Amino acid sequence: MKKSYLLLLLLLFSLPTFAQDYFPKNDGVKTEEHTITAFTNAKIYVTPTQVIENGTLLIQDGKVLQAGANVSIPKSATVVDLTGKSVYPSFIDPYANFGIKAPKRSFDRNSPPQYDAKRQGYYWNDHIRPDTDPMTTFTYDNKKATDLLKAGFGTVNTHMHDGIVRGNGMLVALNSNGDNSMRILDNRSAQYLSYQRSNSTRQAYPTSLMGSMALIRQMYHDADWYAKGKAKRRDLALEALANNKNLVQIFHSGNKHNSIKTDAIGDEFGIQYVLIGDGTEYENINAMKATNASFIIPINFPKAYDVSDPYAAGVVELEAMKHWNQAPSNPKALADKGIVFSFTTHDLKSPKEFMGNLQKAITYGLDKTKALEALTTVPARILQQEDKVGSLQNGRQANFLITSGDIFDKKTVIYENWVQGNQNVFKDKSHKDLRGKYAFNVAGNVYDVTIAGTPEKLKSTVMKDSLKLGSKISFKDNWLQLQFTTADTTKTEFIRLTSPVRNATFFAGKAILANGSESSFNATQKEVSGSKDKKGDKKGKDKKMEAPKMFPLSYPNGAYGSAALPQQETILFRNATVWTNEKDGILQNTDVLVKDGKISRIGKNLSAGNARVIDATGKHLTSGVIDEHSHIGAFAINEAGHNSTAEVNMEDVVNPEDVDIYRNLAGGVTTIQLLHGSANPIGGRSAILRLKWGRSADDMLFKDTDGFIKFALGENVKQSNWGDTETTRFPQTRMGVEQVFTDYFQRAREYEAKKKTGTYRYDIEMETILEILNKKRFVSCHSYVQSEINMLMKVADEFGFNINTFTHILEGYKVADKMKAHGAGGSTFSDWWAYKFEVNDAIPYNGAIMHSQGVVVAFNSDDGEMSRRLNQEAAKAVKYGGVSEEEAWKFVTLNPAKLLHIDDKVGSVKTGKQADLVLWTAHPMSIYAKAQTTMIEGTVYFDLERDTQLRRKIKNERTELMNMMLLEKNKGMKTQAVKKKDKVHHHCDTVEF
Amino acid sequence: MKKHIYIYTLCLTVLFSGLSFAQQTPAPKQSQAISIVGATAHIGNGQVIENATVVFENGKIVRVGASATTQTSGTVIDAKGKHVYPGFIAPNSTLGLVEVDAVRATRDQSETGSFNPHIRSLIAYNTESKVVESCRPNGILTAQITPRGGRVSGTSSIVQLDAWNWEDAAVKVDDGIHMNWPNNFSRGRWWLGEPRGLTPNKNYAKQVQTIKDGFNEVLSYLKGSKSPKHLPFEAMESLMNGSQTLFVHVNTEKGILDAIDFAKQNKLKLVIVGGYHAHKVATTLSQNNIPVLLHRTHSVPNMDDEDYDLSYKKAKILTDAGVLVGLENSGQMERMNTRNLPFLAGTVAAHGMDKEKALQLITSNTAKILGVDDRLGTLEAGKDATLFISEGDALDMRGNILTHAFIQGRTLSLETHQTRLWKRYMDKYDGK
Repeated sequence: MKKSYLLLLLLLFSLPTFAQDYFPKNDGVKTEEHTITAFTNAKIYVTPTQVIENGTLLIQDGKVLQAGANVSIPKSATVVDLTGKSVYPSFIDPYANFGIKAPKRSFDRNSPPQYDAKRQGYYWNDHIRPDTDPMTTFTYDNKKATDLLKAGFGTVNTHMHDGIVRGNGMLVALNSNGDNSMRILDNRSAQYLSYQRSNSTRQAYPTSLMGSMALIRQMYHDADWYAKGKAKRRDLALEALANNKNLVQIFHSGNKHNSIKTDAIGDEFGIQYVLIGDGTEYENINAMKATNASFIIPINFPKAYDVSDPYAAGVVELEAMKHWNQAPSNPKALADKGIVFSFTTHDLKSPKEFMGNLQKAITYGLDKTKALEALTTVPARILQQEDKVGSLQNGRQANFLITSGDIFDKKTVIYENWVQGNQNVFKDKSHKDLRGKYAFNVAGNVYDVTIAGTPEKLKSTVMKDSLKLGSKISFKDNWLQLQFTTADTTKTEFIRLTSPVRNATFFAGKAILANGSESSFNATQKEVSGSKDKKGDKKGKDKKMEAPKMFPLSYPNGAYGSAALPQQETILFRNATVWTNEKDGILQNTDVLVKDGKISRIGKNLSAGNARVIDATGKHLTSGVIDEHSHIGAFAINEAGHNSTAEVNMEDVVNPEDVDIYRNLAGGVTTIQLLHGSANPIGGRSAILRLKWGRSADDMLFKDTDGFIKFALGENVKQSNWGDTETTRFPQTRMGVEQVFTDYFQRAREYEAKKKTGTYRYDIEMETILEILNKKRFVSCHSYVQSEINMLMKVADEFGFNINTFTHILEGYKVADKMKAHGAGGSTFSDWWAYKFEVNDAIPYNGAIMHSQGVVVAFNSDDGEMSRRLNQEAAKAVKYGGVSEEEAWKFVTLNPAKLLHIDDKVGSVKTGKQADLVLWTAHPMSIYAKAQTTMIEGTVYFDLERDTQLRRKIKNERTELMNMMLLEKNKGMKTQAVKKKDKVHHHCDTVEF
Repeated sequence: MKKHIYIYTLCLTVLFSGLSFAQQTPAPKQSQAISIVGATAHIGNGQVIENATVVFENGKIVRVGASATTQTSGTVIDAKGKHVYPGFIAPNSTLGLVEVDAVRATRDQSETGSFNPHIRSLIAYNTESKVVESCRPNGILTAQITPRGGRVSGTSSIVQLDAWNWEDAAVKVDDGIHMNWPNNFSRGRWWLGEPRGLTPNKNYAKQVQTIKDGFNEVLSYLKGSKSPKHLPFEAMESLMNGSQTLFVHVNTEKGILDAIDFAKQNKLKLVIVGGYHAHKVATTLSQNNIPVLLHRTHSVPNMDDEDYDLSYKKAKILTDAGVLVGLENSGQMERMNTRNLPFLAGTVAAHGMDKEKALQLITSNTAKILGVDDRLGTLEAGKDATLFISEGDALDMRGNILTHAFIQGRTLSLETHQTRLWKRYMDKYDGK
């Protein structure tokens, strides 16, 4: 009988049909109708803030004629009395894929990769598809429409969820009775973008997030060039992009970090994107506000994890549990900050979950008016479709809901959802509530009948005097059927009653008696009961929706986050052994005063003043460890789609919440170079990060430094170990590698020449390579074998610059004299070898030998674990090759600082330098040393004592959250299976796409 | 500085002159007694003897004691200020099975198929491996060569690291069978559209049952006529009768408990390998006398929430609970990293364990776990003279500088492919 709720057309004759008066008509005579329907006596939300308590809504031809308190009803109007009911504008989903199927990803791992675009006459990259016209693949989806209509939605802005630029969207009214000629309110409504590759192409580039970002930037430059008419080829994609330029630009960024970055990209090109959030905006609400963007957010609040199996429960991270606890507060957080936001059902399994989650957000403090705005006026405004949808003002689409009351009240029923004047009925609003006590008079016998249950699903009790009779009741379409056994308990015989009910106080109908003869009956209501009788119970249920205890945010909002961001302090390290890395060498029993983020004084018996004094007796104070080659704290490492990707920038993909940052601090690391991987000869630009745990990606960037870029040589760039299909990209040999460099440097010079003429296509990649040639950006080159190292120095010499650093450089010892002459530094592994053929001759004495020839030598990690033990790795220079301890220590501090051009700021303990310091419990290169305190610019980011407190806090919070989740399960709420996030520990050769 | 290197180079050159073949030639049998005098002897059982004398003859240790009371004989090595240790043991190792990770032709560690008890690592062990050679100068003198892959990977053997061929190398042939216990979590195949991350493995119980059924089949076979011959089942006989050890590679709490239960029911001699969660079931392990070859100390925690030093301190937690623990080093780049085994123990000491106890994690404990403690693991009379002299603390990079090493009393070359390249290029730069 559920079918009766499915899109029931009760009053088909009353529906206005849109006559197509200029089309041929062969199925009958002309039947044009322009009926006016008047909905009276309703509480009407014309907009969320314009509410008419007892109003009238007039609609005609699918649109609102008028809504107001004093509306005169034309005589011809059909009147629908809505006394006691409410009318709301239907909701809008601005981020839908309704009726548009995206292609599935193909997994052809046996064919060679595709490097070039397959589409001819379009952009050079197939993932750029602004020309996508959703109409060409649109098929109205009745089933999905029903789900959305039931959830209260009347309009969706749908688009093809595929590719980086996805083409324009389309505003569709969910009018299941109409056809596309009526439903499609705007076939060019907003343009959509994302960082995700298109599944309809196998083109390799981009393989990474930073690649997608770079591609989007280049696309805007190319569009500009094309618009000027300078391009020599026809490009329908760029033409479409130009055509979409004035549409609203809606960007699916993926997460809160990307949202910040995406907005910044928009700023570069004068575009204010609307951002699709991921529900974690509350964690960094100030940054979200600073984007000035409107947001479209999912309300896919996670279900509690099922932690009843303790062996399984252990894998759930605090971060995930806190998100379960805090996520429902996200809409409130946005509202409180004054951020304009709308909702989408997109990330929900089914639109059915929508209203429940929204109610949850309201119990977490979201204002109801804000909630309604986010469903109606705001999406209309975001989509610039306020003249069509989002309110019940005159002339808008007649898209509205009829409800039993406050739409956000759990008990409220949505009776009907009208779209373009077409009625969709989900619950019969005229359905009588029969619950109560009756006297049934059947063929001279009186029966006491009690009707209970819910209005839709009734339960009956039939008594003859004190005898309870077996009975069954059904009430549908206002027709009652009641059957019960006779009072004769020796037989099983039935009396059947049926009657239409127009009025619950008295009704009469036909009775079929046990002997089969027909008679009549009537029923008189003696007592009304119904909705109130189980109130006590319901109250109990409502309690479940009360906002539970909210855990406070921390920075970052997971494990080892602090309640407040650590601040700069004035600190006096008293009586330390100080490794200055300066000509003073290692000073015994020395005090170091840190003030205003700098090393203020070094000496004996310094006066503490108001400084916090740390007793460093028996301990060693050094400058912070610097890792020249790191891949922690990143969302992606390799843009492997091209042999040169100088256009990508690791600064775009910094993940400031990677716990390895904290662990590195616990190993005394204060600065890292986040390098691009080694998938191609010319890689991407680096990010030099200070590990300011808890702060944003932007805050972590080392300010006022030179830029760097990753180059790579050898097996990785010639794809030696990528499998048998990867044999088509140039270069496949070391011979080819040389030519890649020569080619790109040559092209950059030619580009420069063209640039000087003033007429040129702006090319981010060439701009970057030019910076290298013009000594404004510096190279760190992944390298192993002497021949290629020598080669690159020669190529650089030829183009008039030098290679700043060879990183890995495991055969550096074979050409150390040449490196010295060229001016290249060597940032090597202490003792890695044997993992590839090209490291066969890698020796742990490499560092010592290069050092002996005057090369600036550093030890790096390329590994999120080893990086936290670089202090010990430095000792390997002592072990293998006998470097003095003082010099070996510089391998992980001053020397990498020199290689990164930051040695004027950090890398030694010297008055005036920035206070990036580590206090070690023992000799810093001894295996027995632990970092006790790690500070960056005078702010303590790691401290053993604080670490102990944080561990305790994690344990307590985990316990409490687990208890809350168990409680949730016991209450019968739905849970989800435990899940542990898959952390990828990046190395040079990590490629994921 | 240059001078320092030069002296050191000279010293080594003098000591081992004439050894400049492609690989180091295995040392000849001990021909006369050797006495190490004056060193601090780290016995490997927790005991330390300052100013000790260690005497060995015919490949065996004959006397260990304070120099004042211990008679020397044969060649005397003055090791004053130095330290002498029993040779370190690398269990669960693939040394000699793979030469260059990225080159498939050099990879012999993992056979196809899932039930391979009959696969024997020993015969593939390459004594000429340059990686094996590089372990000796850091004091790693013994290893358990272990196959990988499948549910039952195969049979391991224990070898010493200075040999002409695998027969020569063998210390204990076919010491144990290695099994990879099913994981009770499975990883989402994201490339097929499944969500990323670990979720409970729905097939876990079934996979465990398959193991139990398999072992029952083996038992039936062994009790029967054994005809026709079933090679894998035959290979299980020593395991079933208790003369071989079952090394179960398992990391999760539940997996460890299930493996213990399984081993008890089948009366198998069990060693847990990996044991990421072993510390959570330390009491059970201790009560059942199940030793653990604990996963690489130098690894980051699996979870964000875990203590940054969890892997560093796990051995201590287990040891304190009464579990016998040895350290293993499997994982990424495991072979070339074998030479860092001493520093795994050093890190354990840095995070709370007594240094001599930490030393046991790579000497006597491992010898006990591998069943070779009658010959290896400590500096005690009667044991093999597999030991070395270090300039300083061998668990610390700064002190782990070997002057002498011996396997079964044979004086080893501490030269390697790598030291030769070092000298060759230093000579080049020094204009020689």
